[in-house]
Amino acid sequence: MNESRESRSVAAWVAPALLPAINLALALALSAVVIVLVGENPLRALRLLATGAFGNAEAIGYTLYYATSFVFTGLAVAVAFHGGLFNIGAEGQAYIAGLGVALLCLGAGGWPTVLVVPAAVLVAGAFGAGWAFVPAWLQAKRGSHVVITTIMFNFIASAVMTHLLVNVLIKPGQQSPETREFDPSTWLPQLAEVAGALGVEIGRSPLNLSSLLALGAGALVWLYLWHTRWGYELRALGHSEAAAVYGGIVPARIVIVALSISGALAGMVSLNEVMGVQHRLLMNFPGGAGYVGIAVALMGRNHPIGIVLAAILFGGLYQGGAELSFDMPKLTRDMVVVIQGLIILVCGALEHALRGPVEALFRRSPAASQA
Amino acid sequence: MSESLLIAALLAAATARGAAPLVLAALGGLFAERSGIVDIGIEGKMLASAFAAAATAAVTGSAWVGLGAGLAASVALALAHGFACITHHGNQVVSGMALNITMSGLTAVLGNAWFQQGGQTPLLGGGGRFAPIQLPGAASLTGVPGLGLIYGEVVSGHNVLVYAAAAAVPVVAWLVYRTRFGLRLRAVGENPGAVDTAGISVAGTRYRALVVSGVLCGLAGAYLSIAHNASFIRDMSAGKGYLALAALIFGQWRPVPTLGACLLFAFADTVQARLQGTPLPGVGVVPVQLIQALPYVLTVALLAGFVGRAVAPRAIGAPYAKER
Repeated sequence: MNESRESRSVAAWVAPALLPAINLALALALSAVVIVLVGENPLRALRLLATGAFGNAEAIGYTLYYATSFVFTGLAVAVAFHGGLFNIGAEGQAYIAGLGVALLCLGAGGWPTVLVVPAAVLVAGAFGAGWAFVPAWLQAKRGSHVVITTIMFNFIASAVMTHLLVNVLIKPGQQSPETREFDPSTWLPQLAEVAGALGVEIGRSPLNLSSLLALGAGALVWLYLWHTRWGYELRALGHSEAAAVYGGIVPARIVIVALSISGALAGMVSLNEVMGVQHRLLMNFPGGAGYVGIAVALMGRNHPIGIVLAAILFGGLYQGGAELSFDMPKLTRDMVVVIQGLIILVCGALEHALRGPVEALFRRSPAASQA
Repeated sequence: MSESLLIAALLAAATARGAAPLVLAALGGLFAERSGIVDIGIEGKMLASAFAAAATAAVTGSAWVGLGAGLAASVALALAHGFACITHHGNQVVSGMALNITMSGLTAVLGNAWFQQGGQTPLLGGGGRFAPIQLPGAASLTGVPGLGLIYGEVVSGHNVLVYAAAAAVPVVAWLVYRTRFGLRLRAVGENPGAVDTAGISVAGTRYRALVVSGVLCGLAGAYLSIAHNASFIRDMSAGKGYLALAALIFGQWRPVPTLGACLLFAFADTVQARLQGTPLPGVGVVPVQLIQALPYVLTVALLAGFVGRAVAPRAIGAPYAKER
C-alpha cells in the first residue's frame, strides 16, 4: 500500500526514461574503468563506438540488422518475464528454429518467394515454440524450474545441432560444418531491394524484411500483453500466483502458452540470420543473441517500445564495437559483451539499489510531506 | 586381460581429472544454494578465477600466488552477487547471468590486451603450474600386479587440486551436516524467517555461504588454467559451471550424491573422448555430441521427476526481507 502511493507520487518520466539513462551511464562508467585498465582513452572509445554505429547510412543499416535479432529475443525474454518466468533458453530456441528454416529453404528451392516467406515465419515460430514447449510443459505440470531446464536445453540444442551439421546436413565434400547455400528464391528480400522496387533509395546493408517483422512482432506482443485475456492472465500470474489462482486463472495453461510464444519469438531470429543474411545454416549462428535479449528486456523494462529502443542501442554497440576494434585493437568485440553484462547487472540485479534513492529525489512535495 | 585392465585404469584416472573441477564447483554451488541463493554464476566465478590464476602465475611464476589471485577474483564475484541479491534483494538468476556474461567478455578483453596472444595467457612452466604428484610408494608398487597399476595410475600421479577435490567431499559433508554453521546454513535455505527469529543473521549466514562458494569455485577455475592445462584460453570454462550446477541438482543438493553425479558426467565425457566414432557392440556408432548432451538430458529428466525427484531448498531464489 505504502509503496504504491510512493511510486505514484514520483514524476511519471523517472521510471521509464531517467532510470534507464542512469543505468546506462553507470554501466558505461564501469566499462570505462575496464578501458582505462587496458590502457585506452574511454572518451575516445565512446566517440569511435558512436560513429561506428550511427556515423553513416551503411553503419546504421548494420546497427538495425543486429537490432532486429535483439528485438526478437528481447520480446521473447520479456513475454516470459511478465509471467514471472525467466526464459534463458532463447539462444537454443533460435538455434533450433534455424534448423526448421534451413530445412524449409533447402527443400523449397524454386518456390515463389511470396510463398516461402510466410511458410518460413510459421516454421521458425513452430520450431522455436516447440523447443520451448518441453521446458514449459515441465514447469507447468511437473514443477521443474524453467531457468535450469532452459539452460540445459541450450546445451542439448547445441549438441544436437553440432551433430546434425557435422554428420548429416553438411555440404558433401566440404570441411566446415554448414549446409549448402539456399536457392536464391528462398532468400528473405533485402530492405534495400524492396525500397528500390518502390522507388526509394536506401544504402545497402544486411537489413532485410525481418526488421519490419520485428516491429510487427512488437506490436503483436503489446496487443497480447495488454489487450487480450491471455495477456491479462499472464500478468496477473506474474504479479501474484495466489491471487491469480483465486481469480480463476489456471497457471499451467498460461505458462505453457506464454513460454511457447516466447520460444516462437526467439525463433524469428533465424529469419534474420539464416534466411536473410547467411543463406545457409551455420554452426552457432545465434551468436549470443539469446543472451543479449535478457539485457534488452531488462533495459527496455519489458515493454515493446522500450525493447525496440534498447535493441537499437545494443545493435549500435555490436556494430560500433566491431568498428572500434579496428581503431583500438586492444578493445576487441568482447568489450561489448562486458558492457552487456554490466547493463544486466545494473538494470536487472541492482534495480532496487538504484530505484529507491533516485525516486526519493524526484518524489513530489505533497507525497513527501505525507511520508 | 592386463590390457583391458590398463584401459580401465586410464579411464578411471581421466574420469578423476575430469570430475575434479566439477566436484569443486558443484560443492561451492551447494553452499550457496543450500543457503537459499541460486548460484547460476558458478561459470563466471570459474572463468574469472581461471584467468586471474593463469595471468598471475604467468607474471609471478608461482602457482600458489596464482591460486591466491584466482580465489580472490572468485570470492570478489561471490560478494558482488551477495551485494545484489542479499543486500539489495535483486533477482538471483539475473545477477548470476550478469556475472557470467561480464566475465566471459572481461577475461577475453583483459587477456588480449595484457598478453597479446588472442586472449590466451603465456604458457606456464615449472613452478607456475601444479605438477602431478607421485604418491609415496607408487614406484615400489609398480611390480605388484593389479594393485600396482591401480595405485600408480588411478590413485597417484594427479595434481594437488584433484586431491583437494577428493578431500573436499567429506569435509563439506561434515561442515553441512555436523557443524553449527551447517545447521544454520540449511535452516536459512529452508526457513529464513525461523532463523531470523532465533536471533541469527540471515544475511550474515548467506554472505558466509557465498564466500565459501567463491573459494570452491575459485579452486575449480584455477584447476582449469594452472593445473589441468598450462594457460588460460578464452571461454575455457566452456559450460563446466553449468554442468556443475546440473551435477548439484542431480545430486539433490547433497555432497556425496553430487560427487556421484560429477563422476558420472566426467565418465561420460571421458568415454566420449575415447570412443570418437568407434562402434559399440550392438549399438553401432554413437555420435559423440549425443553423449555430450547426456548429462543435460539426465538432469532435465531428474528435474521432471522421471528418475527420482529433485527437491530444492525451500527458500531458494526468494530474497529475505526482514519484517519491521
